[in-house]
Amino acid sequence: MSISRRNFLKAATVGAVAAVAAPGDAAARGNLAMPPQALGLLFDSTYCVGCKACVTACKQANAIPFATPVREAHRDTSIDIGAGALNVIKAYRHGDASVKDREINGFAFAKKSCMHCVDPSCVSVCPVSAMQKAPLTGIVSHHKENCIGCRYCVASCPYGVPRFEYDQAFPAISKCQLCRHLRDEGRIPACAESCPTGATLYGPVDLLKREAERRLAMTPGTLYKPERGQAGSGEFGRPRAASTYVQHIYGDKELGGTQVLHLSGVPFEKLGMPTLPDRSYASVSETIQHTIYAGMAAPALVLAGLVGIISRNKKKSEHGPEDRS
Amino acid sequence: MNHAPRPIGGGLITPFTLFLAVLAAIGGYFVLQRFIYGFNAAAAFNDGYTWGIWIAYDVVIGTAFGCGGYVMALLVYVFNKGKYHPLVRPALLASLLGYGLGAVSVVVDLGRYWNMWHMMWPGYAQPNSVMLEVGLCVATYVMVLFVEFSPAVLERFGLTNLKRKVEKWMVLFIALGILLPTMHQSSLGTMMVIFGHQIHPLWQTTLLPLLFLMSAITMGFCIVIFEASLASAGFRRPGEAHILGGLSGVIIALQLAWLATRFADLHLAGKMDLVLGSGWLSGFFLAEIALFALPVFLLLPKANRTSPRPLFLAAVAMLLGGSLYRIDVFLVAYFPATPGFSYFPSVPEILVTLGIVAFEFLAYIVLARTLPVLPGVEPAMMAAQPAE
Repeated sequence: MSISRRNFLKAATVGAVAAVAAPGDAAARGNLAMPPQALGLLFDSTYCVGCKACVTACKQANAIPFATPVREAHRDTSIDIGAGALNVIKAYRHGDASVKDREINGFAFAKKSCMHCVDPSCVSVCPVSAMQKAPLTGIVSHHKENCIGCRYCVASCPYGVPRFEYDQAFPAISKCQLCRHLRDEGRIPACAESCPTGATLYGPVDLLKREAERRLAMTPGTLYKPERGQAGSGEFGRPRAASTYVQHIYGDKELGGTQVLHLSGVPFEKLGMPTLPDRSYASVSETIQHTIYAGMAAPALVLAGLVGIISRNKKKSEHGPEDRS
Repeated sequence: MNHAPRPIGGGLITPFTLFLAVLAAIGGYFVLQRFIYGFNAAAAFNDGYTWGIWIAYDVVIGTAFGCGGYVMALLVYVFNKGKYHPLVRPALLASLLGYGLGAVSVVVDLGRYWNMWHMMWPGYAQPNSVMLEVGLCVATYVMVLFVEFSPAVLERFGLTNLKRKVEKWMVLFIALGILLPTMHQSSLGTMMVIFGHQIHPLWQTTLLPLLFLMSAITMGFCIVIFEASLASAGFRRPGEAHILGGLSGVIIALQLAWLATRFADLHLAGKMDLVLGSGWLSGFFLAEIALFALPVFLLLPKANRTSPRPLFLAAVAMLLGGSLYRIDVFLVAYFPATPGFSYFPSVPEILVTLGIVAFEFLAYIVLARTLPVLPGVEPAMMAAQPAE
């Protein structure tokens, strides 16, 4: 018996060593890199006037009915993302809310929609490839024809973006897909297209990041004419005095970065955006998983070891006296 | 003395089995509602708490309760402790029911169940997904359990030829029956690593797979004690404390190892101040630790180990502790990325879970009465028990 136990331990050790030492996949997986032609949005809260034109345009572009008939309300009344809205504008208010983009006694606007992570949790967790990240543009898309409705993406998204329908017999996941269907027609995402001030700007992520850095470097009060629509399009919104920014580009480093970047005049936590580490959660999870299951070598070795020990023990107990220890 | 398993016989329709059947039927009614009208017709799920007790209890805790077959096979066939052999078959039946109904619960909880087959289809399957590993592994294990348990059915119907053929391959299935739960019980912990800051730091750690696996193994031993105690009491058979007591040593060792791992991990991560400094969550943490430590204190005195009551209490404490640990990781210490959501299971949601548990008990009773599952008992020993 001591021999068989030793054999088992040997097999288990060999398995563990093989798993750790196996080349390639088994090595600790770092954050994924920004895709070569990454597309995204720059949302500058200080330019947002809360008109919600982006909410309405998003619904039109994605064939989602309005929450309230347009005749009864001046603007759409959706207050959260979900099947009824892929993008909403939320307001932060404090005290008498007298000054825009100020934390104390001020107010500010926040945009809630998919961040299009560089290393998305939703793609890592999805068992059936219903969440996919485009290799070139990095757009995180959802393919409901694949989806089994396990809602692991809903539960694991660090920004709480994918949503599900709990009142439908045949429900589906909903999330912003950066209007990838409009891109085929040569159009840009509806939220950026419709934004009158340039608060939501669409374009290649490197251009957006440069623009964000430029704005952070401005002296507050400087008159600045922001681009609107698409970065590099040459179309501009009305000039405005630059606000006092929080010196941080949200999405630059958060969990390995996102393709949607945010600028704000009030701390990001106040806009419902969590403080996050640089290492992506997906890389932590996949490192564990790939260490244990690299090439299924470890499980195969353990299985072989188990078969050996069990058949040996079975033979012993059938032919010899049973071990009663 | 012949301990070969045999059907214990007796009537199948009793007030208790009828009560279980009614509970199961009520659960079934609400499952039907869920399929016709959507989740919220029966459950309180929302986008903050998209997983409720149907995952946290029915699947995660339910399969940990189903680890009896796994750990008894490990003990008997790998560590060659032949004296526990009579406990293997009842443990396998309980595992088969626990896992089988866990798999049923998964289907009830899948919003788009009609696409379920995508998990086993190469074009869809996504190997980085921990959920894929859990799903495929649990599905395979349910089939393995069917094969492991099949000799009992084949014996009952006198299919000795077929039984011999199955038993030729049994070594492979026993080995799979040990490998697969090791894989998915740890993966159930890995599954929560990617939740990152959404899980309170007292619970979030990359050691979740190890802590889940270790506690699942102990829960396996404890469920064997629990079931054997209930079976002796419920079917009025002689107690098996003399055999079950032998499991005390391994339970104590596993509990101490788990507690040491848990605190070493917190210490190395510099989180010791959270133990008492997390407000009401500290209460949940300490309750977990107390329930994990209780079996050690109950079973340390040698006299307690062969005595049915302390043994049963120790098992119950650990089963509660392991369950609370899982509920904490999946629900209590889970704070959704979007604040403002709250969750408490609705009455129909709880009735579905109760219905599943009732069905499990019912199936166990019916199968133990009709199939050779429980070890045979000499009539002389039965006579010593109070008459029915």
